[in-house]
Amino acid sequence: MSNLALPVSRQVPAKPEWVKRWFSQDTLTAWLFILPSLIGFITFYAVPAVRGLYFSFTDWDMLKDPQFIGFDNYVKIFSDPQFWRSLQVTGYYVLLNIPAQTILAVALAVMMDRVVKSTPVRSIFILPWLLPSVIVATVWAWMMNPALGPIGSIFRAINLPELSFLGSPDQAMPSIALINIWQYTGNAALLVFAGLQTVPKEVYEAAAIDGATERRMFWSITLPLLRPVLVFVLVTTVIGSFQVFDTIAVTTLGGPAGATRVIIWYIFEYAFTRFQMGYATAVSVILFLILITITFIQMRVLRADSSDLA
Amino acid sequence: MTTQSLPVTPTSRQRGLPYGRIVAWIVIALAIFVTVAPFWWVLRTALSTKKDMLANPDSLLPVGFTLTNFARVLGQVDTATAIAAGGSGQKINFWLFARNSAIVTVLTVVGQTFFSALAAYAFARLRFPLRDKIFLLYLAALMVPGIVTLIPNYLLIHRDLDWGNTFLGIVAPGLLMSPFAVFFLRQFFLGINRELEEAASLDGASAFGIFWRVVLPISIPPIATLALLTFVGTWNTYFWPSLVGKDESVRVLTVALAVFKSQTPQGVPDWTGLMAATLISMIPTVGVFLLFGRRVVNSIQFTGFK
Repeated sequence: MSNLALPVSRQVPAKPEWVKRWFSQDTLTAWLFILPSLIGFITFYAVPAVRGLYFSFTDWDMLKDPQFIGFDNYVKIFSDPQFWRSLQVTGYYVLLNIPAQTILAVALAVMMDRVVKSTPVRSIFILPWLLPSVIVATVWAWMMNPALGPIGSIFRAINLPELSFLGSPDQAMPSIALINIWQYTGNAALLVFAGLQTVPKEVYEAAAIDGATERRMFWSITLPLLRPVLVFVLVTTVIGSFQVFDTIAVTTLGGPAGATRVIIWYIFEYAFTRFQMGYATAVSVILFLILITITFIQMRVLRADSSDLA
Repeated sequence: MTTQSLPVTPTSRQRGLPYGRIVAWIVIALAIFVTVAPFWWVLRTALSTKKDMLANPDSLLPVGFTLTNFARVLGQVDTATAIAAGGSGQKINFWLFARNSAIVTVLTVVGQTFFSALAAYAFARLRFPLRDKIFLLYLAALMVPGIVTLIPNYLLIHRDLDWGNTFLGIVAPGLLMSPFAVFFLRQFFLGINRELEEAASLDGASAFGIFWRVVLPISIPPIATLALLTFVGTWNTYFWPSLVGKDESVRVLTVALAVFKSQTPQGVPDWTGLMAATLISMIPTVGVFLLFGRRVVNSIQFTGFK
């Protein structure tokens, strides 16, 4: 603690500097402070990450001991059409989810900032995020039920074609995306809204004096100054979106006909129904590499570390 | 701010503005409707009698108003009545699952917050060898997606430690720390004025004494914020407890609801019962939200700047 405030009395001569540092009272205290978290970190983060990497090079069904097989799992994965299909399905989901959700979130945030100045209204948009995704998925599965759900009724009332939503291979993924957009847009909007609060009001006032329109201000002030927050929102939502699971686990179970068999579902099936742990961890390692690459590209393209506010 | 502040250039402002504001209000109103409507549909279904609802699925109001579904979910009616109302007749054990969720959530929130705060304080204030290197490792863990450690953790808990289907197994990975919690609190502790701690130190307080009696009391707001986020997150998780807590004795609400959803007594899911159960299990998070709504909103905004 405060060894800088009190350079007193603790003179232990004739010991090398590093011994003093490593075995001092202060060091011991500090280690006691971080010990619980360190145990948790090593047991459930560090070691599992390393073990996961090792398992990915083994053949392991949990009955026998893991057998080291080099890159065999990876070779098998890359030649499995189901793997490529699941990547494609995941990419499709991300494309359905992220652009719509981000645009909606920015629009909502700007309107919350410039038109609706009410905390209760802002709070309403956070409600869906508070619910377990299992519940959200259950509720929407019910609302999308073609025979009994209200969405079907509305479609019938205005003579739109009958849709089966989660039951049809074409519509299942857009339906899942819709459900998750409903759940997470409010949260994203609040993040963007928080970012808007960092834009100095004088910038808008100056622009207004120069006769700039609301639309002009959005494109030349709001959006550029919002970039750091947008990068944060995009990076985190894209990573989350690649790992979509709960919604699918309670609605389509990867179906119909593999239409919603996203990459996490693919891993889940190999690990927990076929018990091919080596193969499943290898796929998760690949997913990790994909996510790192995408995050890196996003940071680069969006110049995450610089701000236009200078 | 377009409206109140500026008396300048009234003509251009007035021409563009009302139209844009009307559109904005319509969009907001629509967004509120889309956000809230599903809640009404859940309530309407939960208050309906199954037979009447199937005969009249389009009604916006409850059909054959009843509270049976709630009573049924909470185990307050006998088996014959439950079957007649469309249930499976099996006891749903709602209270057991709610209790399990509460145990898991309380343990996680208390343990994770306390131990993370301890570590965060050490990283922010104490000096010891390897401090910055260890902190960097924690930060790196923040970037690793959950799926990478999920399977090894499952094997560790289920196979090596044999903690499958125990509360310990469900809470263990989050009990002692989360990288986010340590990071979040460290940032806050760094900003605390050192003088208070130095004064306490001169009075002979130990490091833990300073942490417990000086630092924690003035850090209630960020700790409460963190606890709130952890509460919502833990109450809502599904994937991990569905893997290690399948057994009824430790099954949490989210897992129980997914099981309930997948059952189809009498050929179709028991929608009215399911919606009643859904509504009841929303109570804790929505309740917390009503009590601390502003804080939740603010905390979400705060995490945006991590």
